Amino acid sequence: MSDSTIMLRRNFKHTLRNPAAVFNSVLFPIVIMVMFVYVIGGAFDVGVDYVDYATPGMILLAVCYGLSATATAVNSDMTKGIINRFKVMDVSRGAVLTGHVVASMLNNVIAIAAIIGVAFALGFRSPAGLTGWLGVIGLALLLSFSVGWFTVALGLSAKSPETAGLGSVPLVMLPFFSSAIVPAEKMGTGVEQFAEYQPFTPIIEALRSLLAGTPDTGALITSLAWCAGIALLGYVWAIRTFNRRA
Amino acid sequence: MSDSAIEVAGLRKAYGTRVVLDGIDLHVPSGTIFSLLGPNGAGKTTTVNILTTLIRADAGSVRVAGRDLIKNAREVRARIGVTGQFAAVDDLLTGQENLQLMVDLKRADSAVVAGLLERFDLTAAAQKQVATYSGGMRRKLDLAMTLVGAPEIIFLDEPTTGLDPRSRRTMWDIIRDLVAGGVTIFLTTQYLEEADQLADRIAVLDQGRLVAQGTPAELKRQIPGSHVRLRFADPASASSAASALPGATRDEDGVTLRVPGDGGTASLRDLLNRLDEHGTHAEELSVHTPDLDDVFLALTGRSHHAEEASTR
Repeated sequence: MSDSTIMLRRNFKHTLRNPAAVFNSVLFPIVIMVMFVYVIGGAFDVGVDYVDYATPGMILLAVCYGLSATATAVNSDMTKGIINRFKVMDVSRGAVLTGHVVASMLNNVIAIAAIIGVAFALGFRSPAGLTGWLGVIGLALLLSFSVGWFTVALGLSAKSPETAGLGSVPLVMLPFFSSAIVPAEKMGTGVEQFAEYQPFTPIIEALRSLLAGTPDTGALITSLAWCAGIALLGYVWAIRTFNRRA
Repeated sequence: MSDSAIEVAGLRKAYGTRVVLDGIDLHVPSGTIFSLLGPNGAGKTTTVNILTTLIRADAGSVRVAGRDLIKNAREVRARIGVTGQFAAVDDLLTGQENLQLMVDLKRADSAVVAGLLERFDLTAAAQKQVATYSGGMRRKLDLAMTLVGAPEIIFLDEPTTGLDPRSRRTMWDIIRDLVAGGVTIFLTTQYLEEADQLADRIAVLDQGRLVAQGTPAELKRQIPGSHVRLRFADPASASSAASALPGATRDEDGVTLRVPGDGGTASLRDLLNRLDEHGTHAEELSVHTPDLDDVFLALTGRSHHAEEASTR
């Protein structure tokens, strides 16, 4: 068994022992989705059925919302000395962090599956074929991977589990300042420009185009570039912090 | 080379302008207990962190288990075990799963798990999540995890801080057993008594410098606090008694004598016999045993409590 497999098994056990955390990270995006689709969404004129408009953004929200659990878990390993224990053993340096990233992705997959299920229950329909859906899943996983590394870095750097959880709040808020809920052009000046140029908007647009059956190559390429950038930044930051902090 | 477990020369570490270690030299023979004694903020944990490859020193050379710490960090890691100041155990796993995790990572035999649980009196709690363990149980599990893979050298950073007296005794017994099995122990502590009880050699660390090094007996000889105090009725009988007691010194009050001694019954009886033979008797006798404060006062000219207050 490789070091990474051993670490991953540890993270899986954590997930199984702490079902409340998983439930929490699934529940909140569903509540938001139901709220916007049923209560608020009717007031927005987005040109299509609101649930069809909102679903891609909700997939992204489901990914982001699960990150606070990851940040807290990583930080608790750091501050309780468990990471130091592994560091003074002849254990592969990246194994602990890889374990956390993969566990975070697994939590994301559960949340994404739940949110898509709820979307269908609320009347979401998509003309996308198998390729389109594979694209959606692939992009969602890539996003989950890159923000996962970023969150691990955040968790390693934070002073305490509480600040680590707080540190992931901007990631949860970013989808609200993107085209997730309403199109960017309907926002005020300043916010509109921010929404247009922040990384989550092209990712949502790419997901939306895939689900609509009309893939937007430009948005897809921009999304891949953002994901690669975030993953690289998160990875370098995480490894540096891991090696330095004792 | 084989008789030296840890060899440190000219170790330095600073964080910005704050010097934490200012040229440390240490030599720890294999199969012995070495104790680094000092107050909070003296640099004990920094020393352990450097020796266990967690952080890098700014200067100095270190060999652990005969290997260069920087060039052969992985080989060093494979031969050491570390138990830090706070139990680094996984709360969501059970005691047994924590040990199994170490067995998996060290590619050891799973058979050791049951033995370690038994040895540390954790068998009954083995299937419970560690979150439910008491502080003493967590420390024991932490140490048990460190022992998986039979490390040659074990670093214990304040292993008994915060433990109740009974758990502290248990920990001492465990440490003695380990050394009997041929392991080398590097122990840091704030308690002179602990170092005295366990260590073959003690080094006293103060503000990043070693102010003394030696066996517990050698060290205590440097401490004026280790004495029997005799109070006499008047200065005349005090000075008369002083002539019968070699090594006795008179306090400023003129009626109190300090006689170096360990307070053991044999030396006390000897002392009392001498007074009898001399035909004098003391009004009051008290045995003054040295503590860390005395060591610090003697070695640095400052009280370590004052020290703590100024570094916080």
